[in-house]
Amino acid sequence: MTESGTKQANVQEIIATLKDKPGALLPILHGIQDELGYIPAETVPDIAAALNLSRAEVHGVISFYHYFRDTPPGRQTVHLCLAESCQAMGGKQLEMHVKNRLGIGFHETTADGNFSLEPVYCLGNCACSPAMQIGKDIYGRVSTDSFDSVINEMEKSV
Amino acid sequence: MTVTIYVPCDSSAVSLGADRVAKAILQEANTRGIAIELIRNGSRGMYWLEPLVEVATSAGRIAYGPVQPVDVASLFDADFTQGGAHALCLGLTEDIDYFKKQQRLTFARIGKTDPVSLTDYISNEGYRGLKNALAMTQADIVKEVTDSGLRGRGGAAFPTGIKWNTVLNTASLQKYIICNADEGDSGTFSDRMVMEGDPFVLIEGMTIAGVAVDATQGYIYLRVEYPHAFKILNAAIASAYEAGYLGANIQGSGKCFDLEVRLGAGAYVCGEETSLMESLEGKRGLVRFKPPLPAISGLFGQPTVVNNVISLASVPVILDKGGDYYRDFGMGRSRGTLPLQLAGNIKHPGLVELAFGLTLRELLYDFGGGSASGRPIRAVQVGGPLGAYLPESQFDTPLDYEAFAANWTVLGHGGVVVFDDTVDMAVMARYSMEFCKIESCGKCTPCRIGSTRGVEVMNEIINGENLGKNIPLLRDLCDTLLNGSLCALGGMTPYPVLSAINHFPEDFGITTDATAA
Repeated sequence: MTESGTKQANVQEIIATLKDKPGALLPILHGIQDELGYIPAETVPDIAAALNLSRAEVHGVISFYHYFRDTPPGRQTVHLCLAESCQAMGGKQLEMHVKNRLGIGFHETTADGNFSLEPVYCLGNCACSPAMQIGKDIYGRVSTDSFDSVINEMEKSV
Repeated sequence: MTVTIYVPCDSSAVSLGADRVAKAILQEANTRGIAIELIRNGSRGMYWLEPLVEVATSAGRIAYGPVQPVDVASLFDADFTQGGAHALCLGLTEDIDYFKKQQRLTFARIGKTDPVSLTDYISNEGYRGLKNALAMTQADIVKEVTDSGLRGRGGAAFPTGIKWNTVLNTASLQKYIICNADEGDSGTFSDRMVMEGDPFVLIEGMTIAGVAVDATQGYIYLRVEYPHAFKILNAAIASAYEAGYLGANIQGSGKCFDLEVRLGAGAYVCGEETSLMESLEGKRGLVRFKPPLPAISGLFGQPTVVNNVISLASVPVILDKGGDYYRDFGMGRSRGTLPLQLAGNIKHPGLVELAFGLTLRELLYDFGGGSASGRPIRAVQVGGPLGAYLPESQFDTPLDYEAFAANWTVLGHGGVVVFDDTVDMAVMARYSMEFCKIESCGKCTPCRIGSTRGVEVMNEIINGENLGKNIPLLRDLCDTLLNGSLCALGGMTPYPVLSAINHFPEDFGITTDATAA
């Protein structure tokens, strides 16, 4: 099976497994994003048909939630916390450094496809501000130096 | 003899390297041929000491921290598995002043037990509340919660017992219990600590709620930013099912309660209960009009209890030790304890559970030890991004819902974010408007448009443009948001903005004369 064929089969399976849950749309969208990294526009008609919704309704839900994305992310997504506690501990300076180091702004992906950068409003790691999350890993008391060493390490392994 | 060593699995501890420390300890013990049992506990909540490693000794648990992987070999050299002396040794964990001075009811087990061990939970007073509840009438369970004086810990402080009573008395074939675990406020992490450090207490609290009001289905609406909590909750729920604490016929009582964790998707507004229910139903998280109250027509149009994590996690101790026991803590109409969270620019950040009534100053200095930077504390935001900024002159306010409200401040979910004197309060006010703009659900005009206009006006104020016109305009806009918004997002964004301008006018370019004018 081709790669896109496999993906399509996986999406169909996710939809079939979850569609009968009450309020199934968010679980389905999470399932697809966990599998593919984003929710491709071409999956919307299938989701809509399975849940007896219009495509517009499904699109409306995807676009409402900051976490769902309809474009492929970089190999790693950096979620940088911008909330008050992190600001109190130098989050703004860190934000400038992160954008500079990666050479991108928020909601963008580096040209080599390695990193996407997204803002997040609180990771619940406020006792260890400033904080960020990469994949499912959370980092506390992030400094410009510790950010660089994490990124350097990841660049080596890509 | 096998030594028991504890390294927290709490995500903040992990963010500081706890996983690497745990791995290093296992490796080192293996190399040296020392038999150890490594338990990943919750955090004790003293985050400046994390990763905090504890060793069980005959005298009690001895703490070492903050430990990094490079320290592990020297800890073994110092015989730390027998409680040996080391530069990082902090003595008995429970004798550390910060911990010793607390009154831990809701957090009684957190940091002590293995979060996913049901046996550990039960042998540490777990499931005693449910046992009592199953022997009581529904009305008596609700009365116990009402008598305890417990009020919604999510921020709104609505009496939990009254909410339950409405659901109990609304007839329906299907009712729901929702745990609002969309802890989005900056400076708050107590919900996360409960879910990662003692998930069974939340499961037990929700089960009691279900039994009390005849609800057979529960949902934990968890924010997607908490992947560790998601994993731990699901593991705990699976064990509870296996042991007959969830599902059909709970402990042979004939009562049934099912529980599922659902993930949010990064929308702050979904912490508002009606928006949360829309989201659970698979829709955009648009706020609903009230009435009808969720207690009468909530999830899928059915009677629904929506409670915060801490509210539900406080229920087991109330049913175990009685409403009176819980009510005897606290002051005025704020009964029981509040798990406070110290964050931002503070020397000793962490979780402090205490009876209501301590002053903010005591919290900031006696527990927090002043700012992390060593500079004077200038402003403190209490109650999350929709809470007011307090200047030094208000630090003697007791931590009590009514005392805070009397100051036009908000105690909320108990989050405390500290700023030193380098903060620019006009920038913080602009941020509050920006946050409202980003997170507004868009249903009501004051919030949707007002926040955008608010950012524009704040930009002009920060540039020093037209202050004579823009300052009154900002106040007028705040008045519209405050009185015209559908929910607390638009309705409370003026708290941080107006408190910043009122207490720190100099940051907005306002001279004393202009304020008077």
